[in-house]
Amino acid sequence: MGIEVRQLSFRYGSRQALQDVSFRLVDGQLNALLGPNGAGKSTLYALLTQLYSLQQGEILLDDQSIRRQSRKLKQQLGVVFQQSTLDLDLSVLQNLEYHGALHGLSSRQVKREAAALLERLGLGDRLKDSIRSLNGGHRRRVEIARALLHRPSILLLDEATVGLDTAARQSINRHVRDLCRDQSLTVLWATHLIEEIAADDPVLILHRGKIEADAPAHEICRQQGVATLAEAFEQITGLKDNSACA
Amino acid sequence: MRMTAYAIALNGILKREFLRFIHQRTRFLSALVRPLLWLVVFAAGFRAALGVSIIPPYATYITYETYILPGLCCMILLFNGMQSSLSMVYDREMGSMKVLLMSPLPRAWLLFCKLIAIAVLSLVQVYAFIGLGFLVKVEPPLLGLLTVLPALLLTALMLGAVGLFLSSRIRQLENFAGVMNFVIFPMFFMSSALYPLWKMRESSEWLYWVCSVNPFTHAVELVRFALYTELNIEALLVTAGTTLFFTVLALMGFNSEQAARKS
Repeated sequence: MGIEVRQLSFRYGSRQALQDVSFRLVDGQLNALLGPNGAGKSTLYALLTQLYSLQQGEILLDDQSIRRQSRKLKQQLGVVFQQSTLDLDLSVLQNLEYHGALHGLSSRQVKREAAALLERLGLGDRLKDSIRSLNGGHRRRVEIARALLHRPSILLLDEATVGLDTAARQSINRHVRDLCRDQSLTVLWATHLIEEIAADDPVLILHRGKIEADAPAHEICRQQGVATLAEAFEQITGLKDNSACA
Repeated sequence: MRMTAYAIALNGILKREFLRFIHQRTRFLSALVRPLLWLVVFAAGFRAALGVSIIPPYATYITYETYILPGLCCMILLFNGMQSSLSMVYDREMGSMKVLLMSPLPRAWLLFCKLIAIAVLSLVQVYAFIGLGFLVKVEPPLLGLLTVLPALLLTALMLGAVGLFLSSRIRQLENFAGVMNFVIFPMFFMSSALYPLWKMRESSEWLYWVCSVNPFTHAVELVRFALYTELNIEALLVTAGTTLFFTVLALMGFNSEQAARKS
């Protein structure tokens, strides 16, 4: 299931948020999206998830515009937003059941899928716990489980590890890579933590609404003539350290 | 998508709203306390000052408490409709609205499911209130409890649709206080919920006309007649028309709200 963005532009009134953005996600791999504040990452996610309507350009799913297959794209997308979207008053299972119902999954199907997903994410025994009782890392894992519940082929993660400790970040990163390897899941991961990106990962650098780099991490480093992706990022965006990339 | 997917989504949204409702016990209590105060405390004072003559659908003289019962039922529906709208604004601010909007089902269907959930929750509260009314000797006919159900459902849908429309126009939670002052209070007080319209006419002609065109007045009258096993056709038509009008507006707002939010 391939997803491609072609000449995408978007404006908020007079402010241009995205300009002529084009790329194709590499299937079955973790595609990293780097960009400083205000680069247009959130707008790009809002367009990919169809929370915003397209103004100019196209998003293609299997070479066909999503304008004609909006529902098909939503069926194929799993999304973890930057801001938590879990219902704190409900339990883990109740949150998953609600999401499942919105995707046409019966309670029985959800229970079956949820048990396997949460087990894999190390939360097999927290099914009935309230979301309030979970720490930040566990909540993120629940959101990932929820995003995968309807078996999407594309997973969009918007700063999914923000605010988590190193161990939790590494664990989520490892799990998402396992999913790419085992289930051929295509992932678009917006992150500001450059250490989460491996040398072979396809990387998109978005800056001031434009794609400034689109290649594997090691290739971007080679093009820029630097040793690390952090240095390449600095060179491309003019920003000194990766903490400014949030 | 399969038809069962639509039914599963309806069930899922209903279940979620019920679970949230159960977790917010104070919401249920306050929904009952407010009209009970009117029924028990305010009505005691008003009864002495306000005589209610024989007016349809009542066949004889009635107590003031009996008169205001349908209005107070609608008051519960009104507050619940607005409360649900507040919860939609909260969901949008907190981001959980995105979960709903990411569903592959049509937004019109999702909105309809929300409306049904709001209405069903409201009905539970209204029947609980009517049950409490029996304890203070406000006793509508038992058959009326059945015949009033469609009227209550239609009114709940109308007020839910008004609430959803408002939620699509309100950008911040803080702005919601205005809804109290500009929607709930005028809608409730400028209606036949607390006083018959002829009484209003005695005091002010223009206020009478404002009350006459207020859709909430028609909703109250629809419920009042239905509670006494009668049908008020005019009230039915106005309430149904208003429901349709605001449902369409809410759907339009719902479809465009995300794009509008940042523009």
